[in-house]
Amino acid sequence: MIDIGLGHYLTLGAIIFSLGVIGIFLNRKNIIVILMSVELILLAVNINLISFSIFSGDILGQIFTMLILTIAAAEAAIGLAIIVVFYRNKGSIRVEDIHEMKG
Amino acid sequence: MLFHSIFFYFFSIIAIFSALMVITSRSTVNSVFFLILDFISIGCLFIMVGAEFLGIIILIVYVGAVAVLFLFVVMMLNVAQQKQSWFIGKKSSHIPFGLVVSVIIFLELLVVLGGWKYKENVMSSSNLLLNESISNTHQIGRVMYTDYILYFQISGIILLLSMIGAIVLTYQKRDNIKKQSYINQISREKLTSIELKKVEFEKGVKIDD
Repeated sequence: MIDIGLGHYLTLGAIIFSLGVIGIFLNRKNIIVILMSVELILLAVNINLISFSIFSGDILGQIFTMLILTIAAAEAAIGLAIIVVFYRNKGSIRVEDIHEMKG
Repeated sequence: MLFHSIFFYFFSIIAIFSALMVITSRSTVNSVFFLILDFISIGCLFIMVGAEFLGIIILIVYVGAVAVLFLFVVMMLNVAQQKQSWFIGKKSSHIPFGLVVSVIIFLELLVVLGGWKYKENVMSSSNLLLNESISNTHQIGRVMYTDYILYFQISGIILLLSMIGAIVLTYQKRDNIKKQSYINQISREKLTSIELKKVEFEKGVKIDD
């Protein structure tokens, strides 16, 4: 309990990952919260990569973390641009108002 | 070691609580604020565990850019009025399945992590071992600008593409605004712009005939 090892960090990553997945399903408000849940999931992946990198003494995980950060920033920019365009066309970004694809 | 565990539990409890608040809070602006708190606590955790460059990068990129971008879009789209919680209103039919799937994912991850052991020689299989004599930033730079320069440049191209994509998506061409036309201004000459007229007495000049 006192001795913090790799398992603690991986458990933290697993908890945050699961919270992100729950946030995607549970959301009743708007799509921005779904994008934030995706950011949480990517953050959990970053936690896993960095803790493996530190505890196994290999710098490679931190390199991949930087690449994931790049992807996350690009994804947030594109997703928010799509949301802005959708709001401009439809006037609403609520989850239950978006049913054009009948999914 | 005691301080390490105390700080770990402090930051991770804050991170889990704020992640919970991101997905359950009523207003979207509050969600963005808790997302910022989550990023900051995870960044502090990274700094504490020894990856200080990435901790600072998380603070700069996520808190400084991405979260502020979220906040900007939330405030621009005026969705702060839509405060309907998911506790009230008509329920979606896929919420229980989503909860079941999420709990199953969490339990599977715990099973995998619980039964996991290091392989014996996996620690020394790489030549990129952490070197204690130089700083973390120095180590990342040594590897990233030599062996992984291709990935670095590809990530730069991805950022450029996302920038172009965001601009192309949100650009709208408006017709009714007045713009300065440089080529008309420059190509204007004396012959076409000034006309001499002989004004007759008590007739005046008719303009714009």
